[in-house]
Amino acid sequence: MTKLNSDIVAHVAKLAKLTLTGKEIEKFGGQLSKVVAHISKLNEVDTSDTDPTSQTGGLADVSAKDEIHGDMLPQADALSGSKKTINGYFTVAAIFQAKDV
Amino acid sequence: MDIPLTIRETQEGLLNGELSAVRLVKEYLDRIDKYNRILNVYLTITRDKALEDAERVDRVISDLGKDALSAYPLIGVAVNYKDLYLTKNIRTTAASRVLENYIPPYSATVVERLERAGVICLGKTNHDAWAHGSSGENSDFGPTVNPWNKSYVPGGSSSGPAASLAANLALVSTGTDTGSSVRLPASFCNLFGLKPTYGAVSRYGVIAMASSLDTIGNFGRCTEDIEKVFDVIKGEDGKDSTAINGKWSEPKERLKIGIPKEYFIKGIDRGVENMVLEAAKTFEKEGVELVNISLPHTEYAIDVYYIVMPAEVSSNLGRYDGIRYGNDRLSFGDEAKRRIMLGTYVLSSGYYDAYYLKAMKVRSKLIEDFNEAFKKVDAIIAPVSPTPPFKLGEKTSDPLQMYLADIFTVSANLAGIPGLAIPSGFNKDGLPLGFQLMGPRFSERTLFKLGKVFETATNYKPKTAEL
Repeated sequence: MTKLNSDIVAHVAKLAKLTLTGKEIEKFGGQLSKVVAHISKLNEVDTSDTDPTSQTGGLADVSAKDEIHGDMLPQADALSGSKKTINGYFTVAAIFQAKDV
Repeated sequence: MDIPLTIRETQEGLLNGELSAVRLVKEYLDRIDKYNRILNVYLTITRDKALEDAERVDRVISDLGKDALSAYPLIGVAVNYKDLYLTKNIRTTAASRVLENYIPPYSATVVERLERAGVICLGKTNHDAWAHGSSGENSDFGPTVNPWNKSYVPGGSSSGPAASLAANLALVSTGTDTGSSVRLPASFCNLFGLKPTYGAVSRYGVIAMASSLDTIGNFGRCTEDIEKVFDVIKGEDGKDSTAINGKWSEPKERLKIGIPKEYFIKGIDRGVENMVLEAAKTFEKEGVELVNISLPHTEYAIDVYYIVMPAEVSSNLGRYDGIRYGNDRLSFGDEAKRRIMLGTYVLSSGYYDAYYLKAMKVRSKLIEDFNEAFKKVDAIIAPVSPTPPFKLGEKTSDPLQMYLADIFTVSANLAGIPGLAIPSGFNKDGLPLGFQLMGPRFSERTLFKLGKVFETATNYKPKTAEL
């Protein structure tokens, strides 16, 4: 299987929204390549006739009634984790610049 | 004063007036003040709350007398929570710099249930950040050390919860087990530790690691204490759609324990292997039948785990973007970054089929192995760790070596079955050893019965470390 070279590590880091230094890319590339080599052992197993399992609870389509309960998180509590709020909203970095609108 | 080491002794003392909860809590807090700096067990000590809880306990016992126990089954029990458990208005960090100042606006279901049962909360304990680890060395706040020998790891990821009991800094503690994280530190710290059936205990309010593998586990110094806490926390709560009210199978009169040959391989420590086989013989002397069984896909479990788990981690840790809570993603430690990237890689276009889909299929095979085995036996005995506790720093330079500490524990998580870690004594170097019993889904009662059989047969007495 593929060794994790710097391009792959940089690409994966970008997908995962992680900012890495050049040194980190090299370090993690080496460490993860070893892990990927190990996990590639699964190719030895014949799964041609096997269905995948994603969960062991055996449950499907569990839904809650569309009712309003007494205990709901008040807006102030929901916002309490961030200092970057305004008028009951979380603020984020602008996506559009004024000139794009 | 001698702090009682079990729930039974503690509650007897409180109910017959020999102990007061306030005095008991002051003893615990004194010990924590004395030993926490060297052991690094607690990240947050809830001093005021502990004393308030204790005062309430003393009032309730004074009002209700022996009736207090039926209303509050865990009255007076000093507990701590692994710092993945959200505790309303009490800092919860996941042992990570990302959440170093996070104050949750609500509590986990398990926390609420334990509080309603009358516990006393001593604080939040240290662990591998995000539950990523098997030794406690991945905490962003420094490692916890093993109270039995401070040069050694206490096991992880629930390092603080386990060490707290070994050091007599709490009566019971709570953890999570996604791949080994209750059973391994239990075995390294001379404790009982339960990984329950997946779905038996609500995960609501416990910071998620891998959602198809995470379980809410607990530590105690005897089987009875494990069972008492489990009975309070288990069951549906209307908030976790994977939680199920189990149809608890009552243990049979005559039980059969399977010895799986694939768990006794070259490379496992000889002392560990002998200890597990001796434990099996102990059960046999008590009338349990031993049966040789095979779990043919065991060697692939670790590889399935290190694909499925990072994949789910990469999804669950996507929420930490610094927008609604916490610091941004630059605050993640190395192990979190490794697992997020590994997960992203195995899910990414071009690699998904070869890794993630393949792993989900081999997971089915592991489950089939257990289903076949449980047609023949009621429980399976196995080592927890392939080695005795290892030294701090011994495995930190090679992530893969650390991952391989989980080879015997991950199968239970992949199959969603329960596992009870049972302490079996100390090796020639004075380090704790333990083994595990795994059973079919919802067979906790059988595991508890066997745990008690082992305690009686070995004249087991709870013990804490000399510090």
